[in-house]
Amino acid sequence: MTAELRTVLPPQERVGEPEPRPFAGRQGRSDKVFTRVTFLSGVAVLAIMGAVGFFLTLESTDALGRVGFSFLTTSVWEPDRGEFGIKAVLTFTVLIALVAVAIAFPISMATALFIVEIAPRRVKSWLVSLVDLMAAVPSVVYGLWGAFLMQGQVIGLSRWINTWFGWIPLFSVDGADPGNPLSNATVYTASTFVAGVVVAMMVMPIQCVVMREVFSQVPPGEREGAFALGATRWGMIRVVTLPFGRGGIIGGTMLGLGRALGETIAVYMIISSRFDISFHVLESGSNSVSALIALRYAEASDFGLSALFSAGLSLFLITLVVNFTASWFVARSRSGADSEA
Amino acid sequence: MPRSISSFSKRDAQMLAGVGLSSICMAALIFGRLTPLHGRLGFAVTAFVLFVVTYAVMSSFTESRPAVIDRVMTVLLTAAAAVALVALGSVIFFTFKRGWTALRHLNFYTEDLRVTGPEQPLTSGGVLHAIVGTLIMTAISLVLTVPLAVTCAVFLTESKSRAVNAVRTIVTAMTALPSIVAGLFIFATWVLVLGFPRSGLAASISISIMMLPIIIRSADVVLRLVPGSLREAAAALGAPRWRTVWHVVLPTARSGLTTSVILGVARGIGETAPVLLTSGYATSLNLDPTNNPMASLPVTAFKLVSSPEPNQIARGFGAASVLMVMVLVLFTIARVLGGRPAGRQSTRQARRAAAQSLADLARIEPESVPEAPQLGERAGRLPAILQRK
Repeated sequence: MTAELRTVLPPQERVGEPEPRPFAGRQGRSDKVFTRVTFLSGVAVLAIMGAVGFFLTLESTDALGRVGFSFLTTSVWEPDRGEFGIKAVLTFTVLIALVAVAIAFPISMATALFIVEIAPRRVKSWLVSLVDLMAAVPSVVYGLWGAFLMQGQVIGLSRWINTWFGWIPLFSVDGADPGNPLSNATVYTASTFVAGVVVAMMVMPIQCVVMREVFSQVPPGEREGAFALGATRWGMIRVVTLPFGRGGIIGGTMLGLGRALGETIAVYMIISSRFDISFHVLESGSNSVSALIALRYAEASDFGLSALFSAGLSLFLITLVVNFTASWFVARSRSGADSEA
Repeated sequence: MPRSISSFSKRDAQMLAGVGLSSICMAALIFGRLTPLHGRLGFAVTAFVLFVVTYAVMSSFTESRPAVIDRVMTVLLTAAAAVALVALGSVIFFTFKRGWTALRHLNFYTEDLRVTGPEQPLTSGGVLHAIVGTLIMTAISLVLTVPLAVTCAVFLTESKSRAVNAVRTIVTAMTALPSIVAGLFIFATWVLVLGFPRSGLAASISISIMMLPIIIRSADVVLRLVPGSLREAAAALGAPRWRTVWHVVLPTARSGLTTSVILGVARGIGETAPVLLTSGYATSLNLDPTNNPMASLPVTAFKLVSSPEPNQIARGFGAASVLMVMVLVLFTIARVLGGRPAGRQSTRQARRAAAQSLADLARIEPESVPEAPQLGERAGRLPAILQRK
């Protein structure tokens, strides 16, 4: 017979959930002022954002009241004839932004991964500064680069894509003759694609910064766990870093999309504007809401100005939705950082 | 110190070099002999694809499948980072190369374009008006932005208010606010509703709106890095909250805060669209920010290159180069200041702090102060206990 050994625990007293001790004592007068002032500064930032929306709406009521819903379904922009709408402009804006994000996304994600996971420590801080520098290069400089240098290079690429993938409707070009090597290159200039390539340069650092911040918050415990189980570095990235950073990847990409939608000067310098909707991204001619405003505000009548304000309002609302979704994703991914380290 | 997990040996380096050489040779063969392909971009892409394929095949002789995938992905990630850096380098280099013909004339920095026509040679006229305009606008936007931005960042880090999350979300969303919308907003309020003329001041306010969220966001990150133990120590000594912030939190994060302000300025200095809408372009020097259009460097560059005259385009690239120099200088300053993590003191700061605490000690406990001759001997040096390792 075996004696059964058992540990008998004394009955535990039920203790309530631990509660944090309230920290705030009585506030002195100086601290009340301090709290009030800092709170007001936060409110001021909210107020500025609200004021942007309010005044844009105020100035655009005149034009929007005249055309109503046809503002969304009209392609031409002739406010002085009473006929204007953002259908074409907005389509082109979205196309440019999508091209830009499609090019920038792989590069920014790979650069973020390189900085966090591969770069030696000394190179790392330099790379971080250089990506910040890329974000701070003025858009007019990118515009100069795009219009005077990149345009010539990208035309060759456009021609190549058109020759081999022209059967996909997206890449077909009206008036292009791929068989003829001496054909005119002007059918490829000032296109949505060229503008997208240049905007990609501006979008890439913004996406990269957000992704890098999220990737660098991967708990070291999980990372080392993957290595301890025999993962290679790419294996670790695939099973730990990327799933952990998913919120940051989505959020960063969308934040870049928001920036791409609103880019003005570089796009203005590259495209030649057109108002007939075309999904052929390689084709000459494109448009964007912000370039339209920059192009027309100087010679606009009072009513034309109001019409431009309504275009600005629509751009503001779209970027607002995109950016809010983005920052919601980023904020959520950060709060998910509390795992065992 | 994390253990180094790289296993990069001499043999790997030899293989990389060999594979690189062979892929370039193959690409040259394909381009020059086998097919009628041409173009530098195409050559680079072909060589790179060949490199990746050859590298994978070579690795698969000695390594297992996961290791081969790991190597290929490492090459791809490195290449993407390299592409980004090459693009950045090309942007900067190209701007200076095209601007050089204008930049090398001294008059480019001392004259404006009041009397110089588009066809006149580069020995006449310059962008002084734009340089001065940019400096004035940036100074005004700094004065407007910094107090609000730092206070708001303090609010985000120090307050327990429920509004913190809302404000933080709004600020993040505002960092991608289209610059033309900021310009339109100031145009609607300042010019149309309030009736002020378009001016450098209006442009400065619209630049401030662009700078504000950028500074708040990075200052928020910097302030969150200040160790909580410092705040608790100040609270334990009986300091009210505002004194804790003013005397402990902000000085601790000083270098980081300076960096975030500089980064914000570097972004604001290059804004084109809002300045175009709210101030417009002028060819002559204007020192009065409240009246008449004031030119800035980005607007000047933008206006000049839209001219068909080669000299005017060269001036435009010159203006862009001056702008790039300003951004690069700001970045170098930010990099030097930002190299020090929050709370680390420079030697001089440490010495001053040590002298201060010795003085305090003499006031509180005169008997425990080290004797006078000893103190004189060590004047200018830190007491051993205060020296940092």
